[in-house]
Amino acid sequence: MRSKWHWLIALDIVAGLAMLGAVYMALIFAPDAANLASENEIKAQHIFYFHMGCNVGAAIGLFTNFIASILFLVTRQRLWDGIAVSAAELGLAFGIGVLASGSIWARPTWNTWWTWDPRLTSAAVTVLIYVAYLMLRGAVEDPGRRARFAAVYGIFGFVSVPITFLSIRLWRTIHPVVFGAANPDARGGFALGPNIRLALMYSMAAFALLAITLLIHRVRLERRREEVEQLQERLTP
Amino acid sequence: MRSLRQVAAIVWKDIVAELRTKDIFSAMFVFALLAILIFEFAFDLRVDNVREVAPGVLWVAISFAGVLGLSRSFSLEKDKGSIEGLLLAPLDRSVIYFGKMLGNLSFMLATEALVVPLFIVLFNLPLYLPGLLLVVLLGTLGFAAVGTLFAAMTANTRAREVLLPILLFPVLVPVLISAVKLTGGFLDNIPLQENINWLRILIVFDVVFLAIAYMTFDYVVEE
Amino acid sequence: MIEIRGLVKAFGRKVVLRGVDLSIEPGEAVVLFGPNGAGKTTLMRIVATLSRPTAGTVRVGGIDLSYAPDAVRQQLGFVSHVPLLYENLTAEENLRFFGRLYGLSDLETRIDAMLRQAGLVARRHDLVRTFSRGMVQRLSIARALLADPSVLLLDEPDTGLDQHAAALLHRLIAQVAGAQGAEGSQVRRASVLLTTHNLERGWEWADRVAILAGGRIAFQARCADLTPTELREAYGRIVNERG
Repeated sequence: MRSKWHWLIALDIVAGLAMLGAVYMALIFAPDAANLASENEIKAQHIFYFHMGCNVGAAIGLFTNFIASILFLVTRQRLWDGIAVSAAELGLAFGIGVLASGSIWARPTWNTWWTWDPRLTSAAVTVLIYVAYLMLRGAVEDPGRRARFAAVYGIFGFVSVPITFLSIRLWRTIHPVVFGAANPDARGGFALGPNIRLALMYSMAAFALLAITLLIHRVRLERRREEVEQLQERLTP
Repeated sequence: MRSLRQVAAIVWKDIVAELRTKDIFSAMFVFALLAILIFEFAFDLRVDNVREVAPGVLWVAISFAGVLGLSRSFSLEKDKGSIEGLLLAPLDRSVIYFGKMLGNLSFMLATEALVVPLFIVLFNLPLYLPGLLLVVLLGTLGFAAVGTLFAAMTANTRAREVLLPILLFPVLVPVLISAVKLTGGFLDNIPLQENINWLRILIVFDVVFLAIAYMTFDYVVEE
Repeated sequence: MIEIRGLVKAFGRKVVLRGVDLSIEPGEAVVLFGPNGAGKTTLMRIVATLSRPTAGTVRVGGIDLSYAPDAVRQQLGFVSHVPLLYENLTAEENLRFFGRLYGLSDLETRIDAMLRQAGLVARRHDLVRTFSRGMVQRLSIARALLADPSVLLLDEPDTGLDQHAAALLHRLIAQVAGAQGAEGSQVRRASVLLTTHNLERGWEWADRVAILAGGRIAFQARCADLTPTELREAYGRIVNERG
């Protein structure tokens, strides 16, 4: 137990420092993007690093939930259920971060807080799926059944994400296509110079580290909660 | 094959029981009709060409009516405990899934058989639309495939009627989008080739989720 | 043939069955008594494969439930206090449906025979919705017996039944367990496990009694070795001890 503490604290410190570094990279180190129109747009673009970081965090959360759900159904170990719910919560939090940061970026760039652009829509739908996941968990009292149902829904939810995402390929999108072929209808796109690329990679790595650290903490919290429940059961006559 | 006969028995049983009361069917039909009427009024006040929104209206109506039908179909089983009669029998659990799924599909298709013509009339659309039938069939299949499994889960929970649409709709988004796009394409007489990708998405969705539902239904009904 | 060894069932942290041992031979009828909440229904549901054991083994006809529940289900008949019938189908349609699920041959003949034994021939085309409680129970038993089960489980089948219906129930159980021949047909040698709150009735119907208390079988005896009064005393004593 003692040694576990030490490495977790070390991880916390590393993640914290990495995030501080990411803030520096995003706001100070990264140059302003070229070929952007207004002053506001240029300033808002810096949120790109946070936005992509949240994407990474959300992806880690949701993918972990998917794997944990499958593993729970196969092994029936409560541990995997604990990891699944922790990952879902994490993925949801970062997912909301994606939407919020995307929205802040959108305002000066596309002159609107929100648009039913397919990529944004599918991000919103994904967030809804994991909100539904947590609501499902809340509605089932028996822990064994709750874990099973959540695992099944987690599998459905995750598989639906790429299919929903596929719908984007068919639609023209105003979402800047930062990676990949240029889309003539995209507005607000910008070229990735080497410094921007560096800031981006760093940012995504820092967020990944943050996500993993938070996940570990949340899983530990979940196990403590279960232990408390067990003790309570034993103490009640 | 024995499993096929068992599936057929379950579907037959659901249809016969439903024919006696027509509870589920009438609820779905009335709800779908109301939804279409209300949307027609609501949009007509604001939109110049109501035909533009017709595909969306149809699929919203089908979706909400479908959810109603799904939750009632499982509530009945759950309340009377009769799902246990099925669980006691020497059946593969997937037989129960396919039986219930095909039963739900039949109810939805029966409702749509009445609702779609009315929809065509109300929105002043061309009468002969074979493509529309294909879309309705594939879309409803996706709906029933996923909806049957989720309904089986939510039948066991508190707030079951609210929870089912919350679980179902986000996952069904690709079906809804594809179905609306294809419906619009057929209504506007656009050649299928242009919209073929939507058809592909719909088919992929149906196949993938039928497979996943088949594999996971066991975990939902076991005790 | 039912063999239960060290059966444990827990719901989350709550342990209901703490190691139940019970065996029932072919042709034997055992009645299980116990206070409310003792776990009788839980036990029945596990043997009926509706619920999984947390630990321990249950063998039906030599087959372990945990490994091959499907094979076991073919030989099981279960009568619960919930009817498990479809209200909007007729008596005949209900039997036909279950017969198809069990893959029974010469189904129509069996349906006729079951309806006759349950005394429901006159009502075969009526919806179950219109049946009285007693008739519903009789149809439930007919459904359970349709596939000629080698194991019959009855969970408080006599709840809410009048004398006539209860007597009919007794006759059916006796036929199935092989104490009497049924209409000249082959004597079935099934294992019967039933639960009831009525001590006298249970003693009358079964070959052996068992009392479930504190999550275990606290008492077992053959009915022949015990008078109803002694049974009542034993029951009172055990329930007061264990709660």
